[in-house]
Amino acid sequence: MKYKSQQVAYWFFALSMLLLALQIVYGFIMGFAHMGFDGLHEIFPFNTSRAVHTNLLVVWILSGFMGAAYYIIPEEAENELVNVKLAYIQLITLALVGVVAIVGYHFNYWEGRKFLEIPRPLDYLVVINVLTFLGLILATLYKGKKRTTTSLVLTMGLVFAALLYLPGMIWFDNQTMDSFFRWWVVHLWVEGVWELIMGGILAFLLIKITGVDREVIEKWLYVIVGLTFISGILGTGHHYYYIGVDKTWLIIGGIFSAMEPLAFLGMALFAVAMYRKGEKSIRIKLP
Amino acid sequence: MLSKSQARTFFLGGTVVTFAILLGLSWNSLSNAVPKQTHEENLTEQVVRGKHLWESNNCMGCHTIFGEGAYYAPELTKVIDRRGEPFVKAVLTSKAPWAPNGRKMVAYGFSDNDADDLIAFFKWIGEVDLNGFPPEPDLKQ
Ligand code: HEM
Repeated sequence: MKYKSQQVAYWFFALSMLLLALQIVYGFIMGFAHMGFDGLHEIFPFNTSRAVHTNLLVVWILSGFMGAAYYIIPEEAENELVNVKLAYIQLITLALVGVVAIVGYHFNYWEGRKFLEIPRPLDYLVVINVLTFLGLILATLYKGKKRTTTSLVLTMGLVFAALLYLPGMIWFDNQTMDSFFRWWVVHLWVEGVWELIMGGILAFLLIKITGVDREVIEKWLYVIVGLTFISGILGTGHHYYYIGVDKTWLIIGGIFSAMEPLAFLGMALFAVAMYRKGEKSIRIKLP
Repeated sequence: MLSKSQARTFFLGGTVVTFAILLGLSWNSLSNAVPKQTHEENLTEQVVRGKHLWESNNCMGCHTIFGEGAYYAPELTKVIDRRGEPFVKAVLTSKAPWAPNGRKMVAYGFSDNDADDLIAFFKWIGEVDLNGFPPEPDLKQ
């Protein structure tokens, strides 16, 4: 570790693993219910287990992304995190909001909108939490010595992820509109901006591990995230086939979402190719 | 060979162009298709109350509507057509867990009014033009 403040990443990762373990417990509860063993129905009705299972998934991924950013940004920007204490407060409040949401799901306190079950009042707390996180990242980057492509792609992914949370908070009376904008959050996260974040993390790791020239890795990073957006943004249409909008989406969604795997394949090929390239000029020294 | 700045142009250009198309198509769908296909004029206060109940109880955590939700309990888009109003009302007002095939539904025990609101919501949902969803069962087989 080059910078002391990178240590916060450890606790985000620990939280992430804890939530993953809990997610799997709820996954089993659901799995058993599917098989007909629903003895815990009174305490864990299926919709409770499901909301907990999928929301934990989202929170542990976000916690992992945040931890990764707290690790990567100082190293890329060559600057300590501007405020370590605030980063810990952000971690704890994130965990608290998560716990309140999950407890609430056991007491019929939620918004039954697939994947976005967190009730509106808690949404605002999430927004404040994420703004704190982004503030720390952006300030560290701004005051740092360097602004590398890797750190910019990562940061761009994080900022867009935050912005895209907002369409999910608009209230609609019309179920079709509700569903339409719900997918702006869910699809554009999962098949869009999350790949920017993962691409940034991957590029950072490849630069560290393979010793391949940064310029080469970052060039291909642009290609990968370009492919992701070109296929993924209009690929959102595959959620619009049967929700009460026009048939244009059947064509647009069909074509572009068929291209989505290319971006993911590209990401895998990229990692393998850079690793091979690195092997030739071996310089691997693990920390 | 591709240079880094060309790669960046590919990324930024692709993003701006596809996002602009998404916005254009969305605007078109929301202003032209949605009012017609969903019969927005039928979106009464009762339907909206029903939607609220649908959400505040997370019915989507077991069922699907428009094919969206969870895969534990039946699709409900055309439930009024399939079962009729009295049946649906009985399910909603039941004080004991409804479990026709062994799987238990939460016993909500809705009041008459709430059940009517949900039924109004289902009726509205059932009339939305979903480009052919859900498919008719193939009776020839
Ligand atoms: C042993 C581990 C796991 C078990 C037993 C399990 C079980 C389940 C079950 C039974 C459902 C059912 C949903 C339904 O019928 O509506 C489900 C949904 C889901 N699970 Fe898991 N799961 C496990 C691990 C995971 C992991 C590790 C992830 C992601 C990292 C994950 C992500 C999801 C998602 C996204 C859904 C919702 C799918 C959808 O409706 O589109 N699960 N899981």
